[in-house]
Amino acid sequence: MLKLVSKRCKGCGICVNFCPKKVLEVTEVGKCAIIAGKEKDCIQCGQCEMRCPDYAIFVEKDK
Amino acid sequence: MGMEQLVEKYFRPGRLPHIWCPGCGHGIITGAIVKAVDKLGLSKDEVAVISGIGCSSRASGYLDFNTANTLHGRALPIASGLKMANPKLKVIVPSGDGDATAIGGNHLIHAARRNIDLTLVVYNNSIYGMTGGQYSPMTPKGSKATTAPYLTIEPAFNLLDLAKAAGATFVARSTTFHVQNMVDCIAKGIQHKGFSIIECVSACPTNFGRQNRMGAAPKMMEWQRDHAVMVGAWNRMDEETRAKAIADGKFPIGVLYENNDVQEYTEAYDDLIKRAQGGK
Amino acid sequence: MSIKLLQGNQAVVEGAIAAGVKFYGGYPITPSTEIAEQLSARLPQVGGKFMQTEDELAGLGAAVGASMGGKKAMTATSGPGFSLKQEMLGLACTAEIPVVIVDVQRVGPATGQPTSPAQGEVMMSRWGTHGDHWVIVVSPVSVPECFWLTIRAVNLAEKYRVPVIILMDEVVGHMREKIELPDDYSTIKTVERKRPTCKPEDYLAYGTTGDDLVPPMADFGSGYRWHVTGLIHDDTGFPKGTPEGTVNALNRLHDKIYNNLDDIVTFEEYKMEDAEYAILSFGGAARTAYDTVDMARKEGIKVGLFRAITIWPFPEKQVKALAGKVKGILVHELNYGQYVLEVERVVSGKCPVWLYGKYDNSSATPQQLLAELKKHTGR
Repeated sequence: MLKLVSKRCKGCGICVNFCPKKVLEVTEVGKCAIIAGKEKDCIQCGQCEMRCPDYAIFVEKDK
Repeated sequence: MGMEQLVEKYFRPGRLPHIWCPGCGHGIITGAIVKAVDKLGLSKDEVAVISGIGCSSRASGYLDFNTANTLHGRALPIASGLKMANPKLKVIVPSGDGDATAIGGNHLIHAARRNIDLTLVVYNNSIYGMTGGQYSPMTPKGSKATTAPYLTIEPAFNLLDLAKAAGATFVARSTTFHVQNMVDCIAKGIQHKGFSIIECVSACPTNFGRQNRMGAAPKMMEWQRDHAVMVGAWNRMDEETRAKAIADGKFPIGVLYENNDVQEYTEAYDDLIKRAQGGK
Repeated sequence: MSIKLLQGNQAVVEGAIAAGVKFYGGYPITPSTEIAEQLSARLPQVGGKFMQTEDELAGLGAAVGASMGGKKAMTATSGPGFSLKQEMLGLACTAEIPVVIVDVQRVGPATGQPTSPAQGEVMMSRWGTHGDHWVIVVSPVSVPECFWLTIRAVNLAEKYRVPVIILMDEVVGHMREKIELPDDYSTIKTVERKRPTCKPEDYLAYGTTGDDLVPPMADFGSGYRWHVTGLIHDDTGFPKGTPEGTVNALNRLHDKIYNNLDDIVTFEEYKMEDAEYAILSFGGAARTAYDTVDMARKEGIKVGLFRAITIWPFPEKQVKALAGKVKGILVHELNYGQYVLEVERVVSGKCPVWLYGKYDNSSATPQQLLAELKKHTGR
C-alpha cells in the first residue's frame, strides 16, 4: 500500500520518474497519485519514499 | 523505521510542508540527516543542528533537536562555541554552497584546521536559491545565473580538496539520487571524531536547472545518477579512464578521506586545561 | 583583599573570572588585546575555555554559541572589530542570548589611531546593528571600576538575556592603577540566567509570565529542545510574520529593559549637592572632570560632576532632574559630539547644554576642561 500525504506533495514528479513499475502520475491539480488500475502493480520497493523531498509518499508494507 | 515514522519522531509537529520548491533536493538531504541520526541511535537531546542563512539553513527549524537558524555564513563559529561549551553534543551544521564557501568560507577552513568535532553537511545546489539564482563559488564555470547573464567566468571550488587541505579529517560526497549512500556518509561523519564535511549534491530546479536548461527535478537527479561514480570504482580507474571521467563531468561519491590520527580540538583543549591547572 | 597594580584590561579579565565567565572567543586588536591574552591564561585555570577565532565575526559568534550551551561568555575588541561584530550583536539581541562585549575604543574611523583614546562609539554602541534593538552599555572610569563593572555587565546580561557592552577607551584600558581585589571571588554576588523548571514538553522557548518579560533560557543539551532564530519570532521561537506579532516581539525586547531602568541605570554624582553647573561625562573622559570640579570650586564656581556609568539606556530621569536644578550642563566626551545629542534631547531647552568634544587623540587636562567651563559660566 502506498500512503500519499497530498498536503505536503508539491507534484515535482520525482516519484513518478523513478517508480520502476510506473504506478504513479502527477494529476491535473499538481499532486502525485496512483494511476487508476495500477494499485496492484506496486512492488513496495520504496524508491518513491526514499527520494520524495516532501515526505509525502510512504510505503506501508502489506501484512 | 520508515520515513513516515522518522518524520513523526524527528520533525517538529506542524511545521510541514517545508518551504522548499517542488523538486528541490534539500528535503532529501534533511531526511538523510534524520535517517543517519536514527541509524546511530542518538537521542534527540544530544543532537544540535546549527545553520546559517539560505534555503539549506531552513532545515534546522523543521527538526526536533537543539536547533538554531543563525546568520549567513556564521553557523560554524556558533557551532564551534556550542561544541566547546558542551562537547557531548553531536553538532550538525547544514549549510548551503554560498553559506559555506562564500560568506562563510573563512570559518569553513578554520573549523577544518582546528579539527573540531562538527559535521558540516553542505547542501550543494550550485546556486543562491533563496535570493533567486545568483552564482555561488560552487557554480560550475560557464553556467548561467541571474548575475551571470553572459555565463560565469569564475571557476568553482573543489570543495572537498579545499576542506581536506585545510585540515578536515573526514571528507565525503553524495547526491540526492544516492540516498542510502548519503545516509551512510552522514552517519559516518557524525561518528567521526573531528571535523567532517559531507558534500551533498542537490538539485535546484527552480533557480539553477531552469536557467541552465537541465530539465525538471527528475532529469536533474538522473544527471546525478549518470555522473556520480562510487569511490571504489573511481579508485580502480586507470589514469586515462579517470581523466576522461573528469572531462565528462563525473565525480566520485562515498567516503573519500578519513584520518583518525589527528587529535580533536575539544579533546586537545581538555589537555590544555590540565596543563594550565598544573598537570602534565 | 589584596592590593594590586593592574591595567584596566587586566581588571576586566579578573572581573570576568569573578563573574563566572567560562568562555571567551575573540581576535587580537589594539587596544584590547591584553584581555584576550590574559583570558587565554586565566580561563583554563578555572575550567573555562578560550578560543582565538579566525576573525572578529567568529569571536562573538563562538561566544554566542557557548552561551547557548549554557556558559557565561564574552568577547573583547576595539573600533574596527566592533564594526564587524554588529551583525552577531543583532542576533544576540533578537534571540536573547546573554553575552558581554568589551569595546576598548580608539580613534576612528577605519584604522584611525590604534593606541590613542577616543569615545567615538557612543552612538554605535547604542545603534550599531541594523534594525530597532535595545542593549545595555556601561562605561568604566577607573581600573577598580573595570573590575566591578565587568561583573555587573555579566550579571545584567544573564539577568535580562541581552548583550551588554562595556564601552572603554584606550586610557582606561591601558593605564595601571591601584585596585583592591577580593581574595575569594566566590564571595562576590553573581547572577545566573533563569532556566526553565517546567517539564520539557511544556517549555515555550520565549514564553514569559506576568510582568517578568525575560523568558527562562534552557542550555542546549539539557533536555529542553528549542529553536534559536534571527527571524522575528513569537513565544514559540518561530516566525509568524504578522504585524501584531512583530510589534509584540519588539515591544517585549524594549520593555524587558526599559521597565527596569531603576535596576539598570547607574551613575555617580560628585559634589552635585549645591552645584549651579554640571559637567556631564562618562568613561575615560570623566577622569579629568573630578580635578576640574575641585579647581573650579577653589575659584568660586559651584560645579559638580554627573557621571553616567550606564550610558545606555540613557539616564533620562536623572538628567531631566539635573536640568531643572543647574544653570547649565557642560558635556565632555572624546569625540566630535555624540552623547551631547541625547543630553540636548532630554534637557529639551530647560537649561543650556554646552559641548566640550575633544577629538585630537588625547584626553583633556583638568585645566583645559576648566577653561571650557569658564567660557560658559562667564567667570
